[in-house]
Amino acid sequence: MTASTPLLEIAGLVVRYGAITALRSIDLAVGEGEVVSIVGPNGAGKTSLLSAVAGLVKPAQGTMTFAGRRLDLVALEDVVAHGIALVPEGRHIFASLSVMENLKLGATVRRDAGAVAADMDRFFGMFPILSERRRQPAGQLSGGEQQQLAIARALLSRPRLLMLDEPSLGLAPMIVDQIYALLRTIRAQGTTILLVEQNAERVFGVSDRVFVISGGTFGLSGSAAEIKNDPRFDAAYFGVGMHAAAGGR
Amino acid sequence: MERLVQILVDAVSVGSLYALTALGIGLIFGVMRLINFAHGELITIAAYTLLALFGLPLPVMLFGAAAVAILLALVTERVAFRPLRNADPTTLLISSFAVSFFLQKLLILVVGSRLKGLDFLPVLGRQIELAGIRLQLLQIVTILVSIVLLAALTWFLRATRLGLHMRAAAEDFRMARVLGVRANRVIAVAFALSGILAAAVSCLVVVQTGVVQPRMGLQLVIIAFVGTVIGGLGSLSGAAFGGFLVGAASILLQALLPPDLRAFREAFVFIAVALILLLRPQGLIPAAGLKERV
Repeated sequence: MTASTPLLEIAGLVVRYGAITALRSIDLAVGEGEVVSIVGPNGAGKTSLLSAVAGLVKPAQGTMTFAGRRLDLVALEDVVAHGIALVPEGRHIFASLSVMENLKLGATVRRDAGAVAADMDRFFGMFPILSERRRQPAGQLSGGEQQQLAIARALLSRPRLLMLDEPSLGLAPMIVDQIYALLRTIRAQGTTILLVEQNAERVFGVSDRVFVISGGTFGLSGSAAEIKNDPRFDAAYFGVGMHAAAGGR
Repeated sequence: MERLVQILVDAVSVGSLYALTALGIGLIFGVMRLINFAHGELITIAAYTLLALFGLPLPVMLFGAAAVAILLALVTERVAFRPLRNADPTTLLISSFAVSFFLQKLLILVVGSRLKGLDFLPVLGRQIELAGIRLQLLQIVTILVSIVLLAALTWFLRATRLGLHMRAAAEDFRMARVLGVRANRVIAVAFALSGILAAAVSCLVVVQTGVVQPRMGLQLVIIAFVGTVIGGLGSLSGAAFGGFLVGAASILLQALLPPDLRAFREAFVFIAVALILLLRPQGLIPAAGLKERV
């Protein structure tokens, strides 16, 4: 973690859906330029964490600060203007709109039309398939292409923090390799990334730090290398409890 | 031959009216998942505005009717629907019935329930001759107005930033908001557009019938609603097409059914509707992203 003030700071975050508590007092700090990954099984609270930061769910307790500003007081549609972009689970591209229109929507909060057009050209260079299909309905793209589109759309807001929710979900291993190569490129350009994955093996190569979440709390955290080699990883991932016997992976 | 063309033009003209009405309902359903039965009262209030402004220059009457319909649309959104935005569609539907009844009864209280004659634009009642076939000018004007409004709405949705935001919101409102699309603005614009469409329909219906009465809008909206359902709820082209189809079919049946069956033309229309829904439950032109609103 960087020594200066973190870009994103979460303290005592609690998220509830009715009687169900999805997150129990989460603390997390993400420094500028860092890649932080949250790994954990289904229902561990990964999506709830990103949803809270994105403004999709209102926390029951806790504070979230982004670049020195209180995030939990910001309305959903203003979050992106603060510099946070989300690539949601399932991609949520606009299937009936063209690839180009999807990208334009990514730049909704920007007023610098010239720079937006330049960014779009740059992305079309990075994603040739999107360039070829820019006039086609986005629903006609393959899963991997839709994921590329969702990432390019998020980047068009020029975020300081890019959040990705299970970018490998439902994609062939080869396509996942491409998506992760892309994340490394984005990381090299200095964008801070908060990544959520069920597939822990995937994130080690791209992350600075990894948090293991289970049952709405972090069980284990550390540098990617530490977590990868930590014998307690399985127990933390499967939520068996740190002191209990570790389950099989 | 002349008779057939006349029937077809009549069918297209009535179909266009219902297409415009269905489009007004479809616009609001698209962004809010609300079936706004109070759309009928927008039509009614625009007609009463024409009555109130009767005698003033035509542009004043037209702009007045549109302005009042837009204002009422915005007020109903703000007062009746915005507080319920996260409620389930049934609650919204009931709220729209409440608004509809409230406005109807309010009108009856203020202006009475009697029909009022309004000789608006009598010049449109004239017959004209096109390629040797005599047609009513109003039918031609209705078709032209509908084409112009459809083209303008299509242009707005396709070529403007706000139009793009509306289409995105109609497909996945939550994701659109994540990207920074303003929910309040998009919904207010949808209501304002539905007000404009209602005012246009109102003017054309008043010219055609020559009367104004408190329930005139509701009757149109019920038929147009059936159109939006068979067209495909949530799809704008579906709404326009479905509305057109229901309106045109009812005129064609009126003209083509044997005289003793004509009284039952609505029954035939609804049998056709039932068949369409059995075969294509999602409508003729289904919406791309009909998802639950969050």
